[in-house]
Amino acid sequence: MSTKTITIREALREAIFEEMERDPTVFLFGEEVGEYNGAYKISEGLLDQFGPRRVIDTPISESGFTGLAVGAAMVGLRPIVEFMSFNFSLVAMDQIVSNASKMHYMSGGMFNVPMVMRGCNGSAAQVSSQHSHCMESIFSYIPGLHVISPSSAKDHKGLLKSAIRDDNPVIFLENELLYSLPGEVPSDEFTIPIGVAEIKKEGTDVTVIAHSRMVEFVKVALPALSEMGIDIELLDPRTLKPLDIETIVRSVKKTNRVVIVEEGWRFCGIGSEIADQIYSACFDYLDSPVVRVTSTENPMPYAKNLEVATLPSPEKIIEAIKSVTYRN
Amino acid sequence: MKKSSPKKDPVVHLPEFVTGSALSFPILKILKEDGTLYKDAVLPLIDREKALKIYDTFLFLRIFDERMLAAQRQGRISFFMTSTGEEATHVGSAAALQDDDMVMAQYREPGPLYFRGFTTANFMNQLFSNEQDLGKGRQMPVHYGSKKLNYMTISSPLATQIPQSVGYAYAQKIEGSQSCTLCFFGEGAASEGDFHAAMNMATLFEVPLIFFCRNNHYAISTPSEQQFAADGIAPRGVGYGMKTIRIDGNDVLAVMKATEEARKLAVEKNEPILIEAMTYRLGAHSTSDDPSGYRSRKEENRWKKSDPVLRMKKWLLAQEWWSEKEDQEAMDTKREEVRNEMQKAEKIPVSELSSLVTDVYDKPPWHLQEQLAELEQHIRRYPKEYPKSSWRFKND
Repeated sequence: MSTKTITIREALREAIFEEMERDPTVFLFGEEVGEYNGAYKISEGLLDQFGPRRVIDTPISESGFTGLAVGAAMVGLRPIVEFMSFNFSLVAMDQIVSNASKMHYMSGGMFNVPMVMRGCNGSAAQVSSQHSHCMESIFSYIPGLHVISPSSAKDHKGLLKSAIRDDNPVIFLENELLYSLPGEVPSDEFTIPIGVAEIKKEGTDVTVIAHSRMVEFVKVALPALSEMGIDIELLDPRTLKPLDIETIVRSVKKTNRVVIVEEGWRFCGIGSEIADQIYSACFDYLDSPVVRVTSTENPMPYAKNLEVATLPSPEKIIEAIKSVTYRN
Repeated sequence: MKKSSPKKDPVVHLPEFVTGSALSFPILKILKEDGTLYKDAVLPLIDREKALKIYDTFLFLRIFDERMLAAQRQGRISFFMTSTGEEATHVGSAAALQDDDMVMAQYREPGPLYFRGFTTANFMNQLFSNEQDLGKGRQMPVHYGSKKLNYMTISSPLATQIPQSVGYAYAQKIEGSQSCTLCFFGEGAASEGDFHAAMNMATLFEVPLIFFCRNNHYAISTPSEQQFAADGIAPRGVGYGMKTIRIDGNDVLAVMKATEEARKLAVEKNEPILIEAMTYRLGAHSTSDDPSGYRSRKEENRWKKSDPVLRMKKWLLAQEWWSEKEDQEAMDTKREEVRNEMQKAEKIPVSELSSLVTDVYDKPPWHLQEQLAELEQHIRRYPKEYPKSSWRFKND
């Protein structure tokens, strides 16, 4: 199979472009997505290609345009809502949590809401407490939503295409600092199924579970771990809800040790849920308690040194891996 | 998207403020309280058949409200909301729409459903959340919905249906459907941000949409003068660049006329319209409050004089389209039907346990299947503790 190298930004754009071309009911709504080509240039060229009826610049009104998309989805369109950043999705929570996620259930299956809400999630470079939220655990808590948070160009493209085709509301979490990261993607049309994890690197000693930008942090730690003679298995769930617990359990039964890395806060984080499911499914296989690497539970400070200190780091990850392997 | 043409504002050299009360809204009235028409008033499209269908819906709603309020007091259902006093707003507007126009309601507008053919049994099955409820017993009473009748399932959080209606209308426009959406909300809900977001987007995106505000003067217990300082909701429509009309919401002919004209503008010109219908909630907000604590009997009696149902009846009698004898017979039949259907609905079993996890997603994912299986096992061990579910397993 032939491949090409593109950035995550291009992967997202290709996914939207291909799906809009394939299906005339796919629309893009959001602030700055049209004339300005998107705050992060994900939608570059889409207005020219598909016109202002399908690529729609909205007023600064997250609850408004998310609600608009919910209504449009219920009549048969497949809207993609771009949040300039997922921090702004907080304005639209009533539409997402009380409406998009529940209409199919509440209506007894009469009205469904096939829409994708996408944008960047987590911290970027010094954007402080109100622009650095990790929303995955908040959304994964809500029945009715699928939550996807990929790490590679290939996964971004394949999963976004699946999300657009999915009949449920999907939260698609990107990361601003990953947009320029290049990666290999198949040259031909492809999709990646929702709800399937991927082993990014096979190994025997410790299962390290990470998603989104944290996968890159783990990769940075690899040479040092290799020098210590620790061979980790790097597992990216890719979809957080529904979680591919089967792949996780298979890996844990092989390595018997687990470290879970996430950028979000510790309390009620994604790692809390994954750890709980691991304990329920394969407690007897564990040779050490699960160890988690998360941000410290403070609002993100602006100052660079404090931001770095708050976030997980390759060194924090190395330390956690050493602890589950009982190294000093 | 609308491209606003540059407007030449007059230039002044001394500060001139436009006052907040600069706009005044005439109120459309066609039918007088005594059942006669105002001189020069023009009737909406209405014949005997349509008039009687509207009135039949009125009678149903009155009897239904009275009976189900009593059923709630008897503990047979947990909750109910009446629309007594406001029937002309939702039935009159439905009568001026086409059946394929979408209705996005707030919760106090059951009229369009009955008018379009939702049966007494459909209402009862929802109220008793039995297995024949179209919503599968998942929502509080009065949260009806019907895809077939183009009536969106009611969503409790106030005003969220308003931006959704913009999206619905946008899709209708894109599909070239020649239909429109009508979105109901109360003057209380118009204080939510979603209302403002929706009004702004509707004129901006030029959608075939009718915003129908039932100004019934109370947000639960808070009177309108404590909700906003401005002259009602109508000025907001103009503020968002929208054609706006204020009408007597207890005058079914005025409601029809305004909706009829609004529909033309919406469908033919993609112009969204705001209708503010002045009305009064004769009953409580819901079965959870008591109006005697926040308003006077005198005020209620004043509004009873403009009762929309009585007003229409007087007009029908004067036209000789209806008689007292027919009125009595129709009421008796409806009472009987409401009582019978309620008794039937009470006896229909609740949904089986597996319906807990269907429709959360298009297909139940593994974790829901697992949680359902665990629950089933648990209930099988404690059948007496779950009397309504223990004999209702899908695979038995």
